[in-house]
This record gives sequence, structure tokens and C-alpha cells, in this order.
Amino acid sequence: MQERTMAATEIARQAGEGARAVPLSGHVGFDSMPDQLVNKSVNHGFCFNILCVGETGLGKSTLMDTLFNTKFEGEPTQHNQPGVQLKSNTYELQESNVRLKLTVVNTVGFGDQINKEDSYKSIVEFIDAQFEAYLQEELKIKRTLHSYHDTRIHACLYFIAPTGHSLKSLDLVTMKKLDSKVNIIPIIAKSDAISKSELAKFKIKITSELVSNGVQIYQFPTDDETVAEINSTMNGHLPFAVVGSTEEVKIGNKMVRARQYPWGTVQVENENHCDFVKLREMLIRVNMEDLREQTHTRHYELYRRCKLEEMGFKDTDPDSKPFSLQETYEAKRNEFMGELQKKEEEMRQMFVQRVKEKEAELKEAEKELHEKFDRLKKLHQDEKKKLEDKKKSLDDELNGFKQKKTAAELLQSQNQQPGGSATLKKDKERKNFF
Amino acid sequence: MADSVISEIPPTMCLEKPSIDFSYVGIDAILEQMRRKAMKQGFELNIMVVGQSGLGKSTLMNTLFKSKVSRKSFMGTAEEKIPKTIEIKSVSHDIEEKGVRMKLTVIDTPGFGDQINNENCWQPIMKFINDQYEQYLQEEINIDRKKRIPDSRVHCCIYFIPPTGHCLRPLDVEFMRRLSKVVNIVPVIAKADTLTLEERDFFKKKIREELRANGIDVYPQKEFDEDAEDRMINEKIREMIPFAVVGSDQEYQVNGRRLLGRKTKWGTIEVENIAHCEFAYLRDLLIRTHMQNIKDITSSIHYEMYRVCRLNENNTQANGLADHHPASHEI
Repeated sequence: MQERTMAATEIARQAGEGARAVPLSGHVGFDSMPDQLVNKSVNHGFCFNILCVGETGLGKSTLMDTLFNTKFEGEPTQHNQPGVQLKSNTYELQESNVRLKLTVVNTVGFGDQINKEDSYKSIVEFIDAQFEAYLQEELKIKRTLHSYHDTRIHACLYFIAPTGHSLKSLDLVTMKKLDSKVNIIPIIAKSDAISKSELAKFKIKITSELVSNGVQIYQFPTDDETVAEINSTMNGHLPFAVVGSTEEVKIGNKMVRARQYPWGTVQVENENHCDFVKLREMLIRVNMEDLREQTHTRHYELYRRCKLEEMGFKDTDPDSKPFSLQETYEAKRNEFMGELQKKEEEMRQMFVQRVKEKEAELKEAEKELHEKFDRLKKLHQDEKKKLEDKKKSLDDELNGFKQKKTAAELLQSQNQQPGGSATLKKDKERKNFF
Repeated sequence: MADSVISEIPPTMCLEKPSIDFSYVGIDAILEQMRRKAMKQGFELNIMVVGQSGLGKSTLMNTLFKSKVSRKSFMGTAEEKIPKTIEIKSVSHDIEEKGVRMKLTVIDTPGFGDQINNENCWQPIMKFINDQYEQYLQEEINIDRKKRIPDSRVHCCIYFIPPTGHCLRPLDVEFMRRLSKVVNIVPVIAKADTLTLEERDFFKKKIREELRANGIDVYPQKEFDEDAEDRMINEKIREMIPFAVVGSDQEYQVNGRRLLGRKTKWGTIEVENIAHCEFAYLRDLLIRTHMQNIKDITSSIHYEMYRVCRLNENNTQANGLADHHPASHEI
């Protein structure tokens, strides 16, 4: 009976596979679906994560402040960082009814080291760590994907120093390592340092260097007619030459954001002066959603595929898949934890050993000290005894001498008296005495 | 400058583009971007209709979507033989309205409740629903997976209650009890034009009591209300469930207008008139206001629950693909 039911399902599904287009004879109402979807997203809030890569002092923080029209954080960083670190800050912004959780990640100390070979590594590790966190959440048995705070980097703004000549080799190497992991938008920082003609040449040089080195930067999508035109124009303006400023200057009768020099004022939002408006337009107003989608469907999928293949999974045996995926992942994680624990044990044992040794040493020393002390004490006592003996003998001598003295004095006094018998007596006494 | 910025265009600049306005960043443009993406991608909706034959399931589907979407219209057989077992037949259509494209799949279950012995008649249906979840799970677990996983999961199951006017039958209770755990169930009173308004109210109250007594949670489920506003709206709906509906794909002249209805000797029942039947409420709930919510609950709650069970059970079992019958998910 069950087989017949299954067969019936199969046939019916095949018939339904080629879905037919059916005309509607009235207003059904599902045209409200995009609205329903948008409303749900509004209630949920959005999140967007930008990574700013560039050398210290290129105006990364200022540009973020200018883009999002707020003062974000802290003081400028020093140039003496030992390695490249990534500092990330999350802000809650709101505009009309849209709540955005914006995370700005800054590379601190990029390009400051003498040996920059490993500069890109911490950036790549950071990006991978965000993917890993998402993958872990996705693989969990009990997961909460819809309320997960997505920390994956959606856009990477790469700040190019305005030398006017070409890309630095650090830039090329870093961008090459990042292009398969994140959407890269190269921008020329502090572009008010370059003249217009130099800028055009600079842009061409950069683009050709990127192409010849096979660096894939983010292309604004041109498949949707509404935005195809503006996106393809903007693609031709890459890299954007930007100037950032949060200071306002009075031009004419309005206040604009600008940088004031003795020879003139560079207006941030003037398209003749710099490409800031283009950047804001492309990054936020037109393609924010596409950036998020590309991150999820392209970069994250690539990471996931590589990671799972690395762990030894294949798609070819569908039977054991769902469970071994989770299971083996867990098993491998447990294995790793086990190893960590073993190492911890070893270290602990070594520590205990060392402590014991030290203790023994100290005990030895203590014993020696005690012995020494005992010896000294004994010595001291012997000395004391000797001294006392000597003292005694001296005392005896002194007593003897005193007695003699008394006897002599007595004899002397007796000699002065008349009577010879006394002398005899004295002599006798003297004899008896001696 | 402040974090909470409302985009204003200063009066002197009202003729120029808003981009010149100082304080407008443009974050809310993401709504438009999302809308564009949604329009381009289109939507998918899978509705299952369950009920005895003769309750007007196909007609209701046709009425809901104002076109011949039911299986009968597709297969073209006017005379229907009641099948000996339950069959699951699904038909897909591409419909479009004001630029919004939707792939609608109607899943019919002929043979349900029609046998003499209806024991376990819910099993093929539960198996079908779980198979869709399984298919989605397999695709999601692939290493090399599609950009958009085709969604064939059943978003909503409309259960047709025959208009007896008394109470739910044991079959109804059993079915809804089991299926409300794996799919969103929307119960409707079919062919409600056979009940007077008082009988209707009594019937509805009785049904609601029985649902409560049996712990059956139909859509919109109380536990998934997101906030106070949601709860308020959903409470109103919960007080009206089950909707007493009448379906029709025939138009008649009523008061000078052409309306969908059923013409009888004693009057014409207007399908879309809320004084006559509650079809309009059902349509609004399913299509105009809660469609996205229905899909969300399916994907983030029912599907996740299935996934948890599946992954757990295969972690604890020694051999992976033991016979895990859908019945094992039942309580």
C-alpha cells in the first residue's frame, strides 16, 4: 500500500515540475509579499560589517565618520605597533525606521613594521574566524540562525596611499590574499594630495596593475535593469578617490564638509573635487544588500566548501552524510580538545616536577645551614668551657697569691713584736706554711 | 550628527537630490534594495489541502488564487474516483501579480478520510511533509550546494472540517493533534453555507474548546508571537478560528456588480462578503498579511525541530540510516 502511495507522489511531482504559468482573474493580494518581507527585516534590524585596510594615517577613521555622519571613536593610533591587529567596534545607527548594526573593523599598525611579510596574515585570520563562527553556528544541532549576529565582513575598503605612481607591493600582496575572501573596494585615500591629471593616470595604473596581477575586486552588479546603468558607470570610476572630513566650512551661504587650505577648500560632497559621493552611493545606497548577499553566497560558501573538504567530507556518499558531517566535526573537535588537554597535563606534570626539585634543593640547603649552625654552637660552647677553666685556674692562682700575701703581712707584723719564740713560731709557721 | 537621524530635506534644497542633504546617509535605501532583490528572485509558497472528498478543497484553492490552480483543473478529469489509498498529488504554478512572481504549489491529498477504516491515514501525509524537510536538509548539508535551495517544504496545511455543526470527529482530532507538531495547520469549516450564523458560532466555539482540550496548537500558535503588537493581532485571529468558508469560482450579478458567489433559490451567497462567510479573512490571513510569517515559522521552527531530531537520532544510533519512520516523531 505504501509503495503505491509513493509511486503516486512521484508521478504527480513530475507532472508539476514544469510549473505552468497561470493567469489570475482578479486581485489575489500576494503582491504584498515584498512588503511583508521588508517589514519583517525592519523589525529584525540589519547588520553590515566593513573592514578598513590601510596604512596608519591614511584617514580610515575619518572616512568612516564622514560616510556615516557620526563621530565614531577614539584617538588616532601610534605608529609603533609590533604587528598588525584588528580592532572592531559595533555601533547602532538608525535612520527613519531602519536600524543598522554597523561594525567597523580597523587594521591597526598595518604597514608600520620593518618586515611586512606577514602583515596580511592577521587580516586573513580575522576574516576566516568570522566565517568559522558562522559555520559553527550553522552546523550546530540546536541553532538560532535567524537571531545570530552576523560578523562576517561584507565589504573591505582598501586604502591606497596617494603616491601618484603605482600600487605598493604590500598592497598587491594583501589584495591578492583577500580577493577570494571578501568583497574588495579599492579607494585612493587623501586624494586631495593628487592633481586631477595625475589622478587619472594613477587610476589607470592601479587598474592595470590589479588586472595584470589577477586581483578580483568587487564589481557592482549589472544584472538588474534598475541599477545596471549606474553600476556599470561606477565600475569605470574605480578606484574611488576620496577625501574625508568631519569639519564644516561655510561656502556661499551653506555649511559643507570640507578641508580648508590656504589655496582653496576641498569639498567632500562635491563630485568635481572627489569621489566621496560615488563611494557613498555605491557602498550604502545602491549595493549594500548585494554586498551582503555576495559575502554569503560566494565567499562564505567557498570557505565552507574548503573547510569541509579539508576535514575529509565528500558529497559522493549521501547515505552517511548528514550525520557524519556533524558527528565527525564534533569528533575532530573533541580530538583537538583532547590533544589540548594532554598538552595541558604534560605541562602540569612538568611544573610539578620542577617544583619538587626545587623543594628538594631548598631542603638540602636548609639542612646544611642547620648543620653549620650546630657546629658553630658546639665550637662556641667549647670555647666557653675553655675560657671558664682558664678563668677558674686564674682565680685559684689569685686566691693562692692573696693567701700568701696575707701570711707575709702577718709575719711582718709579728717580727716587729719582742719575743723570740714568736719568731720561732713564725718560722715554724712559715715552714708549716711552706 | 546624532545617531537617530530622520532624513529631512531643508526647504532651500527641496528641488535638488536628497544626497546633497547633510544629515542623510542613505541607510534606509537598503529597504528598496531588498525589495528589488525579492522581486527579482520571486517567492515560493507550498499549501497542502487536507479533507474528505466533496468538501470543496479544489474550489477553495481556485477561489483563493483566482485561477485554476487545483489539481482537478490541471488533470482535467471531471469525474473523480475516490482512490483506494491516500495519494499525495502536488501541482505547481507560476503566478504573477504587479510584478511580483510566485511559484505556488498546491498539494492535494485525495483519499484522506474516505476509507471505511481510516486508521493511520495521516501517516502518508506526515511522511510527505517529513520527506520535504529531509530533501531540504540534504541539500543544505551538501558541500557544494545551490545558491538558493529550492523550498518544497509545506508551509501551510489547510484542514477542512465538515460542517456537521456538532463537534470535531475523532479523525479530525487525531490528525490535527499529530500534524500541528510538524506543520502550520489552518482549520476551516468547509461549505459553511449549510450552517446558520448561530449554528456557526456554536460550532466554532465547540471546536476551539476541543482544540484547547486536546492541546492542539493551530496557526497562529500562541508561543510564536513575537511581541505585544503581534499578540494583539493574532489574538483577534485566534478568536475567529476556524474560519467558516465558502468557495466559488463562478461569478454572478449582484446589485449591479459581478461577484464570486453561489446562487441558490433563496439567495446568492457572496464569497467575499464578510457578512456571509469568512473567506475574506482566510484570504487576508494566508496571503495578504501572514504569508511571510507562515513561511518563517516553517523554516525557523518546524524545520529546525526536524533537523534537531534527525541529527540527534543519527548521532546516537550505531548505524546511520536505520528505519526512522515518521511515526517516531509522533508522541
